[in-house]
Amino acid sequence: MPLLLNEEQEMLRDSARDFLRENAPVAQLRQLRDSHDPAGFSGPLWSRFADMGYTGLLVPEALGGAGLGMVEAGVLMEQIGRHLSATPFLASGVLAVSALRQAGSPAQQQHWLPRLARGEAIATLAVDEQAKHRPEQIALQATRQGEGWCLNGAKCFVLDGHMASLLIVVARSGGAAGDQQGLSLFALPRDSAGVTVTRTVMVDAHNAARVTLSEVRLPADALLGAADAAWPVLQAVLDAGRAAAAAELLGIAEEVFERTLGYLKERKQFGRAIGEFQGLQHRAAMLYVDIELARAALMNALQTLDVERERAVEAVAIAKAKCGSAATLAVQEGVQMHGGMGMTDQFEIGFFMKRARVLQELFGDSAFQQERLSRLRGY
Amino acid sequence: MSETTTLEAFRAEVRTWLEANCPPEMRRPVASEDDICWGGRNAQLSEPQRVWLQRMGERGWTVPTWPREYGGGGLSADEARVLAREMRRANCRSPLASFGIWMLGPALLKFGSEAQKREHLPKIARGEIRWCQGYSEPNAGSDLAALATRAEDRGDHYLVNGQKIWTSYADKADWIFCLVRTDSAAKKHTGISFVLFDMATPGVSTRPIALISGKSPFCETFFDNVRVDKRNLVGHAGGGWDVAKYLLTHEREMIGAIGERSAAKPLGQQAAELVGRDANGRLDDPMLRARIAEFEVDESAFRLLMERFGDLAKAKQAHPAFSSALKYYGAELNKRRHELLMSAGGSNALEWEGAAARDWLRSKANSIEGGTSEVQLNVISKRILELPGA
Repeated sequence: MPLLLNEEQEMLRDSARDFLRENAPVAQLRQLRDSHDPAGFSGPLWSRFADMGYTGLLVPEALGGAGLGMVEAGVLMEQIGRHLSATPFLASGVLAVSALRQAGSPAQQQHWLPRLARGEAIATLAVDEQAKHRPEQIALQATRQGEGWCLNGAKCFVLDGHMASLLIVVARSGGAAGDQQGLSLFALPRDSAGVTVTRTVMVDAHNAARVTLSEVRLPADALLGAADAAWPVLQAVLDAGRAAAAAELLGIAEEVFERTLGYLKERKQFGRAIGEFQGLQHRAAMLYVDIELARAALMNALQTLDVERERAVEAVAIAKAKCGSAATLAVQEGVQMHGGMGMTDQFEIGFFMKRARVLQELFGDSAFQQERLSRLRGY
Repeated sequence: MSETTTLEAFRAEVRTWLEANCPPEMRRPVASEDDICWGGRNAQLSEPQRVWLQRMGERGWTVPTWPREYGGGGLSADEARVLAREMRRANCRSPLASFGIWMLGPALLKFGSEAQKREHLPKIARGEIRWCQGYSEPNAGSDLAALATRAEDRGDHYLVNGQKIWTSYADKADWIFCLVRTDSAAKKHTGISFVLFDMATPGVSTRPIALISGKSPFCETFFDNVRVDKRNLVGHAGGGWDVAKYLLTHEREMIGAIGERSAAKPLGQQAAELVGRDANGRLDDPMLRARIAEFEVDESAFRLLMERFGDLAKAKQAHPAFSSALKYYGAELNKRRHELLMSAGGSNALEWEGAAARDWLRSKANSIEGGTSEVQLNVISKRILELPGA
């Protein structure tokens, strides 16, 4: 398959770009931040996301979605990155939908997926328990109780957790922290007794939440997939999330680069455009190459996720690592090359830097992905 | 038949043919520089090299995409990619390394006269004539257009006087493609012409240059009243810079390609064998392991970028200056690879008679030859990013 978007995918990109430019630009994120908006994203925007068919992009057509794949989800995420649009699409439309599609029974899918596709319900994935992403270290306890389960423990960095009505919780039902075996997935309604959700406003003005579960009782049919054997599903769901985050990172890198390049051509010092200085030109050229590398790696990861999931693990690790480092370089150079203006809150470049930092950390930063790659390749 | 089934049929045909025709010796990795088949009048080929070159040459598969009438295989870009993949899959060596294939051929296909194409391209395809490149001069390196080798118009021929440097394999080549100044009054880019001549012409002499890596392919090349027939002028007089630039894009893609992994094993596994493994089977040097993993991410991304560039070129969407991006990154990547291999090899890698140290030293030229990394970054700034006054 050529590492290019096809015509339909290009059309999706163009319409998403126009839609987000009009309805969810950086100015909206600033407004949400400054007004301490209780949701952290615009409700009307989310409704329009549903009208556009974005909320159910990954939901099968039979269940009310668009039935598209990760390449299309990546195309949308890239545009979200370019506009820094605040939406629960990554949490609900990518992570939760992937988990339900991979592990949900037909009944569970029929119950949740149409509602997620219509944007009526928001769901999210609760995986991390410590500051660094270490999925095999999960310790949140799931113990059998009669026919059902009892959950105890805490999660952090749960994307849009305070707005989700469904939490998909990864819990340890067997083995010890550090084991890949013994993990289970549960579909936990937010309003269950014993669930406490605390919103944490992050540096990027997006939301994550801390979730505490205390003696939370769940019926047997809350289990998603087989007990103790969630690791492969979790990996697949996390890889979808990593690829989506990588796409958003690429969008950030592109947007910051484009703005910075424009600034180099227009800002004058010493009587000429600063873009005439070789010291800046070479750094801009190196950044350009890095972004092109990231784009190729991402496109390969998204395509591989859609056709050959086994081979996708390595492709996703490479893409998340490369998009993360390219975006990190882009936002740093972006702020530096904008000089004092780059440091002001009034100027938008700083918003991109903050969002890139959060996405780097999400589901494993570049170092985590590199470590994963070295294990996969046998050294 | 659909495009895919036609390609699949082609793949099956290629696989069978390679199985039957590639000698077993030509399916082992190249052991050293001396083991590479460059062809030419004075080539000393082993029997398997000769057989492999002849068989591939007969099919035009040494130059798969060139037209058949010039000795090529007439394959589409997709078919050529299938051939390359199948050759990699069966560990077949390239039958022929050649500046004629990588550099001169594409330029002749675009700028050469019909007579020039018919005379030179088939001999390149069959490996009969080995070419070298007369570009750089002692005072014209990064500023290549400052070249001063003179070609005086003598009616039916030019008289060439001057000196070239960094002429790879000039001492082994049969012919040279050479940039000369035919008009010293014109502006520096417009007085240059692109000519071809036989290295056996009276007045041509060469002297090898020893590099920090020891043995080297580079030479100084001297021209003392060398007579070049005007039918060997490519393009028009004064139009050599366009030919030169076009050829350089091919040279840059070629040098960039060294950034791609050639060995079957990932660098990390090679390093683990050299350094040893800890109780968990991990490369027993966590800092080196981390640096290698970071390198492998970039190396993989680069391979994908090369692939994407091919796809873009096929869709006629590639930026013409993108070869500079590939050249820049591929060269830097290969230098990183050799630094890591030296770290992994420790004191064993330091022995002068071993390949590791010399390959490491040789790699340092990657970011100089074919235009320095700094020149490539200038080209990206100016032509792709359109930054002012670059």
